Amino acid sequence: MAKTKTSLLAEFTKGLWQENPVLSMLLGLCPTLAVTSSAINGLSMGLAVIFTLVMSSALISLTRNLIPKEVRIPVFIIIIATFVTITDRSMAAYVPDLHKALGAFIPLIVVNCIILGRQEAFASKNNVGRSIIDALGMGIGFTMTLTVLGSIREILGSGMLFGAQVMPDAFAPWLVMILPPGAFITLGLLIGTANWINAKKG
Amino acid sequence: MSEQNNPTENSLGRLVLSSSPHQNSNDDVKKIMRGVVLALLPAVVFSVYYFGLRSMLVIMTAIAACLVTEFLLKKLRNKKINEGSAVVTGLLLAMTLPPSIHLGYVVLGSVFAIGIGKEIFGGLGNNIFNPALLGRAFLQASFPVKMTTWTPTKLMVLDAKTFATPLGGFKFGENIIHNFSDYWNGLIMGNIGGCIGETSAAAIALGGFYLIVKRWSDWRIPVSYLLSVFVLGGIFWLINPAQYPDPVFHLFSGGLMLGAFFMATDMVTSPETKLGSWIFGIGCGFFLVLIRLFGGLPEGVMYSILLMNAITPLINRFTQPTVFGEVVK
Repeated sequence: MAKTKTSLLAEFTKGLWQENPVLSMLLGLCPTLAVTSSAINGLSMGLAVIFTLVMSSALISLTRNLIPKEVRIPVFIIIIATFVTITDRSMAAYVPDLHKALGAFIPLIVVNCIILGRQEAFASKNNVGRSIIDALGMGIGFTMTLTVLGSIREILGSGMLFGAQVMPDAFAPWLVMILPPGAFITLGLLIGTANWINAKKG
Repeated sequence: MSEQNNPTENSLGRLVLSSSPHQNSNDDVKKIMRGVVLALLPAVVFSVYYFGLRSMLVIMTAIAACLVTEFLLKKLRNKKINEGSAVVTGLLLAMTLPPSIHLGYVVLGSVFAIGIGKEIFGGLGNNIFNPALLGRAFLQASFPVKMTTWTPTKLMVLDAKTFATPLGGFKFGENIIHNFSDYWNGLIMGNIGGCIGETSAAAIALGGFYLIVKRWSDWRIPVSYLLSVFVLGGIFWLINPAQYPDPVFHLFSGGLMLGAFFMATDMVTSPETKLGSWIFGIGCGFFLVLIRLFGGLPEGVMYSILLMNAITPLINRFTQPTVFGEVVK
């Protein structure tokens, strides 16, 4: 990491496109592929990650000078696990259906590479303000990608978007799109499109 | 397996240095593709005879959709369309579809076969999976009911709108193949329910032999595929004839003939070495019997070939012959 200070705005926007965790860094692919069978699943997974990421980035950034370097990973994991547990229990209490749909992937946010990656690469080296901005940008980039992915799969795979019918009745849903192969195909095409756009921009 | 023969232009008085292969051949992709289409003609004629002009319509739609997709994608990448492989892909895809299928699905399957199956990997020669089978797999996974609704042939005197295939009948407990005449008229000549181009084993085998005689397909693959199905199916039949179908039924039912002669032998997606071809065919046969007897689906030709396509690079790597003079340790 270079010492030159980038602007706060750039710190925020880098997660949206250039360093988008899914499309550019290919991190957090497990929830990306597994829960995006509908737009609402993708969006809520993203929101859960934003909360965990922002909170743990803030706390780790605050305590970055107290954590011994040798045991930083276990400490990071404990902090992240705390916030994941808060997310998990809150969702189980207030949105039980959604919690059921996302299943094991809520607790698995603990081992989401995006979160640990941001702590290791950013929050443990920067002040609280920058860490929160960075976490917000990354989280929103992740959420946008998952929502787009979920929307495409839901429209083609069940003819609906956020649970509302959007395709005409004559449209026969492509079942494969809400099955695992549909996730791989759609994600591959999305990444390809992103690379194509980047190549065009030069 | 002769696509990489690059004839070296030799002008008199100049010494040409080139790396192997030194064998020249007049075959090119275009010529081979034309040969494959020719080899499929008997099966096409039989399908029109049995299922009427509807099957011709499906075939034409698939070929047209494949050509248009290929043209558009090549245009996007500023490459020109130069081989007839899209025609073969479309034809093969159509052969694996039920005759009554909605034409919209045919177009969708064709776009997927060419787009995701071939062009996205960089075009013919770079694809991992047989494009036609990938198109069919996509349709099968997307529309499982529509893809397994079979119509009786024109020659059958039946009131029914739908009809079981021999394999489906076997799987779901209403066997429709009983005596020699059923074997001959149904399985070998093709007067039976099934996909457009798969019902007549005789017509397909005729085209398959033509390709083998012309050396455009490796005889080892169909031989090892069919033989392993016959032997493995036969073992199970000997163990319990009441529960498992006999090996002759295995050979001539479903899409095995079409798969063995036209899909598994795809030059791009099958192994390059002789030993590799044997392994490939036997692997296909193993998976086919496994799926037919113990899987959830009645037929497994498509998945057996796609599975073996996936490990073809591995087979190639492990069956490289030793170079002449090399000491084997």
